[in-house]
Amino acid sequence: MKLCHMILASLSLAVPAHAGEIWVTNEKDDTLSVIDTDTLEVIQTYATGERPRGITFSADFSRVYICASDSDAVQVMDPETGEILHDLPSGEDPEQFVLHPDDKHLYIANEDDAVTTVVDVDSRKVVAQIDVGVEPEGMAVSPDGKVVITTSETTNMAHWIDTGTHTLFANTLVDSRPRHAEFTKGGAELWVSSEIGGSITVFDSATQGELGKMTFEIKGVHPDRVQPVGFEFTPDEKYAFVALGPANHVAVVNAQTYEVEEYILVGRRVWHMAFDGDHARLFTTNGVSGDVTVIDVAARKAVKSIKVGRFPWGAAFRP
Amino acid sequence: MKPYLVSLYAIVLREALRFVHQRERFIAALVRPLVWLLVFAAGFRAALGISIIAPYETYITYETYIVPGLCGMILLFNGMQSSLSLVYDREMGSMKLLLNSPLPRWWLLVCKLAGSTAISILQAYAFLAIAAGFGVTAPAVGYLTVLPALLIAGLMLGALGLLLSSFVKQLENFAGVMNFVIFPMFFLSSALYPLWKMAESSELLHAICALNPFTHAVELIRFALYGQVNLTALAWTVLAAAVFIGCAVWGYDPARGRPGRKG
Repeated sequence: MKLCHMILASLSLAVPAHAGEIWVTNEKDDTLSVIDTDTLEVIQTYATGERPRGITFSADFSRVYICASDSDAVQVMDPETGEILHDLPSGEDPEQFVLHPDDKHLYIANEDDAVTTVVDVDSRKVVAQIDVGVEPEGMAVSPDGKVVITTSETTNMAHWIDTGTHTLFANTLVDSRPRHAEFTKGGAELWVSSEIGGSITVFDSATQGELGKMTFEIKGVHPDRVQPVGFEFTPDEKYAFVALGPANHVAVVNAQTYEVEEYILVGRRVWHMAFDGDHARLFTTNGVSGDVTVIDVAARKAVKSIKVGRFPWGAAFRP
Repeated sequence: MKPYLVSLYAIVLREALRFVHQRERFIAALVRPLVWLLVFAAGFRAALGISIIAPYETYITYETYIVPGLCGMILLFNGMQSSLSLVYDREMGSMKLLLNSPLPRWWLLVCKLAGSTAISILQAYAFLAIAAGFGVTAPAVGYLTVLPALLIAGLMLGALGLLLSSFVKQLENFAGVMNFVIFPMFFLSSALYPLWKMAESSELLHAICALNPFTHAVELIRFALYGQVNLTALAWTVLAAAVFIGCAVWGYDPARGRPGRKG
């Protein structure tokens, strides 16, 4: 199996991926680094508001939304020019957000205010503010757009928001300090990572009941340092790649059995990640080492680490 | 030309036969680096895993780091082993037979060197294959590009063995070779730790490591394993090989009375 991975790695190194860019927010530098997915080099750096963290593109990739946490704003940038077009009223300290499938509503976690703010990106108005637990952070939206999740770091809960009424219809307890959430299997499952708990909890979206839980263990790394944060699913939803924070590894999890199949060494304090266009490569942001590690997805191997700004945090792909 | 080829064939064949018949030697030669890889490296895995240095493009585990150094270790030990076998040959009298041949002495030494280097390379490849089986791999093309590096490094270390064998006259003295040549060469090199790490603790040790030809042999192998050429390492290794071969030929010069010189 290892040999097979090795051969695949060498083949995929020879064949360049489809052209595209990975956009990375640099929390300490107040900048964005743009990485060319062909050359694996930083081709552009743009200034942003203070402490940029969450980042996402509009459906047609004509706008990029950036959570400028310490500027208390979500900034809208023209990705062609790097020009900040305008700020959206985001509420205080926006950390992460999720763009609704309607491409019109941003759901923003306001870390300091214990609310989730819903903003209409066209009218630039706050549509609703929903009270959630203390220190909301992780945000996810179901593929049908009916449910939005906010996780609260201190309350240790996933809050289920009905997007029709903008009210909570369920709260589920998770392990300590939930940081990130994602729907998978067509919205049938919700995964929530718990940084201090060192686990990922899987919920049945229909009943909000717990389906399973996975923990991580890396040879030679103290369990306290294994802190799952961001994660992404492969397009076939068979595998999830999980960033393990100061453990400096990304875990490859079988999304059917919830078992960890492999750990990949990346840079220090890995936060979040984004796939390139054909999902052949995964780009992880490594906060402390200030770089982005490129993982060959088929071979499950790190192929390169690219220096970006200080404390890279969020990542998003643009074709 | 024919006698030259016949002697090359005979000497390389003798080395090969000796090697094939000593299966323990083959296993021992593999066990040594494997112990380092699977035991020592496992212990140090977390301690040294965080840095990016050329030719690596991302973070690597300690196991990955020491594989080229362990290939170098195989070449070094094998070079010394062949020097040991020459001392043995001298004690047994078979060397006299060899050196009495009408062919020039330098040619006989080159044949001997070629034989021992070929075996070193085989052992290094066997080690790389086992390491790959444990998941410590290099890019596929690296397994091809490492061949010339193993050849040059093998010749250099084999030549060092030849040179030593012209000075060591008894098997018992081989322990001295271990203490004064193999260990310092191995530990004062980049085989087990990157040189920048050495510089952090002692500039003097770092300078010694940077002069050690074994460091350059290891770096040559390390870069070649990733399809790259480290020109400095190449130049140093070739220079050292030339000097060692030259000195070995001089050491075995009959006009100097070696190896029959009393001592």
